[in-house]
Amino acid sequence: MSYLAKPKFRHKGLEQNALGFTHRDYEGAISTLCAGCGHDSISAALIQACFELDIEPHRVAKLSGIGCSSKTPDYLLGQSHGFNSVHGRMPSVLTGANLANRELIYLGISGDGDSASIGIGQFVHAVRRGVNMMYVCENNGVYGLTKGQFSATADTGSKSKAGGINADSPIDLVSLALIAGATFVARSFSGDKTQLVPLLKAGIAHKGAAVIDVVSPCIAFNNHAGSTKSFDFVRAHNEAVNRLDFLEGREAIKLDQAPGTVEDVVQHDGSVIRLHKIRDDYDPRDRVKAMDYLQQRHAAGEMVTGLLYLDPEPRDLHAGLNTVKAPLNRLDERALCPGAAALTALNDEYRAG
Amino acid sequence: MPKPIEATNDFVVKFANVNGSGSASANELFARSILRMGVPIASRNIFPSNIQGLPTWYEVRVSGEGWLGRRGGVDLMVAMNPQTWDKDVASIDPGGYLFYDSSKPLPPSKFRPDILVIGMPLTEICNRTYTDPRQRQLFKNIIYVGALTALMGIGAEVVESLIREQFKGKERLLEPNFKALHIGRDYASEHLEGLCKLKVERSDLVGDRIFLEGNDAIGLGCVYGGASVAAWYPITPSTSVAESFNAHCRKLRVDPETGENRFAIVQAEDELAAIGVVIGAGWNGARAFTATSGPGISLMQEFFGLAYFAEIPAVVFDIQRGGPSTGMPTRTQQSDILLCAYASHGDTKHVLLFPEDPRESFDFAAEALDLAERLQTPIFVMSDLDIGMNQWLCEPLAWDEARRYDRGKIMTAEMLESGMDFGRYLDVDGDAIPYRTLPGTHPTRGAYFTRGTSRDRYAKYSEEGAVYVDNMQRLLRKFETAKLLVPKPVVHQAARKARFGVIYFGSTAPAMAEALDALGKRGLWVDAMRIRAFPFSDEVIEFVNAHEQVFIVEQNRDGQMRTLLINEGAIDPARIVSIPHYDGAPITARFILAEVAERLGQLEPRLEGAAE
Repeated sequence: MSYLAKPKFRHKGLEQNALGFTHRDYEGAISTLCAGCGHDSISAALIQACFELDIEPHRVAKLSGIGCSSKTPDYLLGQSHGFNSVHGRMPSVLTGANLANRELIYLGISGDGDSASIGIGQFVHAVRRGVNMMYVCENNGVYGLTKGQFSATADTGSKSKAGGINADSPIDLVSLALIAGATFVARSFSGDKTQLVPLLKAGIAHKGAAVIDVVSPCIAFNNHAGSTKSFDFVRAHNEAVNRLDFLEGREAIKLDQAPGTVEDVVQHDGSVIRLHKIRDDYDPRDRVKAMDYLQQRHAAGEMVTGLLYLDPEPRDLHAGLNTVKAPLNRLDERALCPGAAALTALNDEYRAG
Repeated sequence: MPKPIEATNDFVVKFANVNGSGSASANELFARSILRMGVPIASRNIFPSNIQGLPTWYEVRVSGEGWLGRRGGVDLMVAMNPQTWDKDVASIDPGGYLFYDSSKPLPPSKFRPDILVIGMPLTEICNRTYTDPRQRQLFKNIIYVGALTALMGIGAEVVESLIREQFKGKERLLEPNFKALHIGRDYASEHLEGLCKLKVERSDLVGDRIFLEGNDAIGLGCVYGGASVAAWYPITPSTSVAESFNAHCRKLRVDPETGENRFAIVQAEDELAAIGVVIGAGWNGARAFTATSGPGISLMQEFFGLAYFAEIPAVVFDIQRGGPSTGMPTRTQQSDILLCAYASHGDTKHVLLFPEDPRESFDFAAEALDLAERLQTPIFVMSDLDIGMNQWLCEPLAWDEARRYDRGKIMTAEMLESGMDFGRYLDVDGDAIPYRTLPGTHPTRGAYFTRGTSRDRYAKYSEEGAVYVDNMQRLLRKFETAKLLVPKPVVHQAARKARFGVIYFGSTAPAMAEALDALGKRGLWVDAMRIRAFPFSDEVIEFVNAHEQVFIVEQNRDGQMRTLLINEGAIDPARIVSIPHYDGAPITARFILAEVAERLGQLEPRLEGAAE
């Protein structure tokens, strides 16, 4: 039950990060999801990513919609404010929160029902505005809380636990994010923490709309033969184009691998994404080729994972709106209210006679 | 033929035009020239949901006595639209005037024997003077303004000075406009002299009053009230709220050193996203608002429930229009009252404010931003198309330099550090308003999880019945606190003790003022109360209970405010009689006068008996 507190006991020898925090400082309430749920692995990866990035936990705001995935913000970062909003509408709430205070880190956590069905409009529009956030979709192709209906990301021909066959075409959130103009697009698998954690770190550090689609099998309703979102199926059809390390600017940058297989992408803030290329010809900076490649591999029945697209010089919503550097929620009367003298001048402009 | 109406500084002129023909600015020039003569006017656009081609009207009420509502009836019809000719001619009061373009002869059947016809060959004059078709159309409007102002005794210099102000910086346009104006004036003095007995005499009754639209006043009120985030989706008649906020911010809210904006405006993909942005910003401590109309309010319902239950400040301007569904998108109504008062599923109640004019729209915009943070809940400002999209003559806007924003109960890092107990839904002060923290405040204290699901006083998830009821009861008590904070009603006692009362609100106010005056002149004394907010202050219920019977005048079919009063005040329905007006046109003084007088007659055989 999520309202149960975790024991406060902590081992003295726990590893600390640069700020002196341990893993425990990034944890939240105990998960109420099913044992073995892919979403819990993603929560663990998020905790790991925040720990490794030396983030102050209270400087993160975690927002979600409704569904199994949207419960997960409660299970991590217990010292952060969280907002479990309404179904499919997290992107707009997150956009408003981000406008109010540009200094926090915004984590949007959603699922495939939340993002690809009821909230597909808000997902696309938050992405096209370039809201500075990391948007994680915990994608299992099924409605879990209502017990096993297909979601909009379920592949054509995949089989439900009750035996039904999905006749509709799937919505590919990664392709959608690319079309909508996301400046960081990745896909990963909840069962592959070594790939996922660096992607999450890079996504958090990205100063624009970062979208990570994480295929996350539903142990209760979508892990059977005939499902294309089961652990077995995903492992068999996962085609990683790269793996990466995320290096913050202050870390020493040295290459110890054969040239040609490793490439460093320096971001605007000085941080470095070190790509370990698995497919030599895949360039994550080429958006059009990325879209083309995704379609080709999808047609071949493969699921492409890794960092799929990156714009190292993103422009976020605040840049587009030319807002002041100080958070808007900190402006007071002096900054906001033009005062009585200005109103006298306005009255003169409006004068009737 | 009855005697032609003779009136000075007290008449109604209506212009019938084709939408998109450039008539709007010419008609406004006519209206402003009367204001410039020192005579109060009330002007209203009656326009279609259309960009070009459909009929549109502009009504100017001239009133030396200062009545700013619609009076009802037409003394002079300026009939420039053949499509609506028959209806326009039929709407003229007996003894009234018809001004028309006489270039083409019309059969006598097209006129009425009981009106005075003033023909002027406008098209012929334009065709003779101009070769460019666009100029012919545009200057035709200025020519009739010239003729009308001459007929009414408005000096050329008055109109010229207005034209000069209008084209400041575009001086090359002055000469052609002056020329057209004088063509009209010269024709009127040569051919139409003495025909029109409606006159404007110079006066000084306008004073320092201003002339502005309610939506513009809201935009400015949001600047003064400290809104820094606005999210909206275009919908008539609310669109100009966001446009006004944007325009004023660009002048008043840009950092002079960096050129950066102290505001953020998002044109959202729909109304759901607009209110979502507002709630996200409010949750995170920025003052935020949206502006919409009925259909948008319908779409936002789920989010209103969230903001009510999770207790998040939000301000919503509902510029009401004719419903249901798409209804009459360019006509006015007060028909979203119940929709807003009880918005969203489950048990909810929301705070509503009802401004009477643009000046009060400005005040209530700033007030709503304070109330939203004080009460941590959505505040609805219930304007309408009549206030929002027409320029109203009103008192100058005022701002107290010493005023500080009421940010409500926000627990700061220092307060948390000092060891204060933080329970997000804990009533520590007995007013049922809890403290909130803003994200990012303190490393180890004050974080909580906001949700639309039930939870305890410390924001921990709970499905316990008692815990849920405890919270719902506190929300009811918070609504009692709201009662003490919202604007009180305005009561006008009749000159003599009255047995009957009349209740009204919003844009009905100016027509009601005139109707009350007329009732008093007939010896019909009624007390009047203007409701300014929901929840109802005790004074509202006391007013109802202090009278044998009250009438409630509202611009909707079903008497929504009446329903709200009966429900919330536990009032016997027989005590409140509904007087509905909902054809989409702003209510008139004549309508109110007739309806109230008739009902008083029914209640009391001897009309004078209504007074004691």
